[in-house]
Amino acid sequence: MCSISRTKALIVPRFLTPKQIVPATLRWYSDESKATKTPLYNLHNKYGGKVVDFAGFLLPVQYSDLSLSESHLFTRKSASIFDVSHMLQTNVRGKDCLSWFETLCPVDLKGMKNGSSSLTVFLNEKGGIIDDLIVTKVNDENLYVVSNAGRLAVDKQHMKETSELFRKKGKDVHVQFFNTSERALIALQGPKAASVLQNVTDIPINDLMFMTSTLGKVAGVVCRVTRCGYTGEDGVEISIPAERAEEVTEALLQFDDVKLAGLGARDSLRLEAGLCLYGNDIDESVSPVEANLTWLIAKRRRAEDNFPGSSIILRQIKEGVTKRRVGIRMETGPPARKGAVLKDSKTSETVGAITSGCPAPSLGGNVAMGYVSETLKKSGTELLVNIRGKDVPCVVAKMPFVPAKYYVKK
Amino acid sequence: MVVCSVFRVTSRLARSQLSAQCCSRALYSTEHKPRFYTKKHEWVSVNDNIGTVGISTYAQEALGEVVFVQLPEVGKEVAAGDECGALESVKAAGEVYSPVSGTITDKNSEVESKPALINKSCYEEGWLFRVKLSSPEELKQLMDQATYDKYLEEH
Repeated sequence: MCSISRTKALIVPRFLTPKQIVPATLRWYSDESKATKTPLYNLHNKYGGKVVDFAGFLLPVQYSDLSLSESHLFTRKSASIFDVSHMLQTNVRGKDCLSWFETLCPVDLKGMKNGSSSLTVFLNEKGGIIDDLIVTKVNDENLYVVSNAGRLAVDKQHMKETSELFRKKGKDVHVQFFNTSERALIALQGPKAASVLQNVTDIPINDLMFMTSTLGKVAGVVCRVTRCGYTGEDGVEISIPAERAEEVTEALLQFDDVKLAGLGARDSLRLEAGLCLYGNDIDESVSPVEANLTWLIAKRRRAEDNFPGSSIILRQIKEGVTKRRVGIRMETGPPARKGAVLKDSKTSETVGAITSGCPAPSLGGNVAMGYVSETLKKSGTELLVNIRGKDVPCVVAKMPFVPAKYYVKK
Repeated sequence: MVVCSVFRVTSRLARSQLSAQCCSRALYSTEHKPRFYTKKHEWVSVNDNIGTVGISTYAQEALGEVVFVQLPEVGKEVAAGDECGALESVKAAGEVYSPVSGTITDKNSEVESKPALINKSCYEEGWLFRVKLSSPEELKQLMDQATYDKYLEEH
């Protein structure tokens, strides 16, 4: 399983007046003036992207050729390209980079092979999740990290401060953040992603297993290709030098099996895949145990008991927690959105809340995630969710809602 | 309607589609009774004191593909501005407010089973409900087509 929550939560109720709906290329109001263009901004406009300010980046919600659910379903049956250049890409070098990174995360980097990647989390001293991220161990002296745009400032500060402290102890670690003028990141996702990519790369794609990473040429450009994603499908993320991002993307778009997809489809795809969105489903107030991500606490790290918040987290693993992240399924009715209150179906007592939810294009009906009392976490448990004042039946369900199609050895 | 959106919409492209549709739709309004609009982008068109209510092209564009519709029950009394329904798309939820006061006489069960009709035909097949007006003078508070078009342009 795995992957990462890659985008900042922006589910904020807004009174939608025309003033807030601004043609992307014509003018931006004050709060949007600082928004950053990704290296693919012109390409989005060329292909009819409905561009919005998302976590300070100008990104498409969808494109004019497909509705959100069409784009979602196209990804599940063919392949889509998502511009995820807003995500923070970080390069870490130095003899002590593994030990430094292990002071921030519960990951077992030392036990990982070169060229392999892992989902992990930056933890605070209380065991709360500062951000989730994917770290690639390029080799013992080089890491490549991709973390959330919505946590860009926090992550940079965290890595900068802790690496400085580490250096003061005489250790060798250097952190280099890429901004969008330097590197782009695209995700190519879907059952046809690998075969399409093979047409334009010298990387033997059949050898690149899920959660492994390599350098190679894509459309003649040296890129970092990592077999991972945020849709539950097979696919890759391709880190490209910014000035070549358009040509690489265009080369992939030559194939009829590939279309562009935006943030809208990305959100419904990741929800069906049961993947967390930072700021919605996880944040500093919850631990990986509560977030049902206990598997992120590596065995060796549990034994060593030396990651941030490890005493709290290890106690939680042993003694349990009071709330847990679960999947919520509704086969009919209105979708439950963030903030909707969950109630016990017998007593109508409040037992939790939805953290994200939407209609499920692949399944029909709706899917959601939320936190419920530990006693109610079992799948099949019937609950009520309050939507616009009405209690609607829903049921705790196993995640992923849609089976994952990752490229793993069988 | 008020859209609680994950994303703020819309690009130049959507905007240009919008004006094109407005022009073609305007032809219909000569065949039917004129539509009056709220600032929240509902429309009402009155025939024999029965108002048919829907949402505007602008609203359906902002909402995106509608996948779930909740409509008021027939017989319900509503006041102008009352929340009386909701529309859900993949990315957003929008409440529907009645543009006028009165009693609900009918709802469009076709859109309940085929919500996408609202995107396909928001002024015809995608109407939402009908209301028997208790205060027809309220229509004067609403915008006519020209005023609404101007309202969209200016805001």
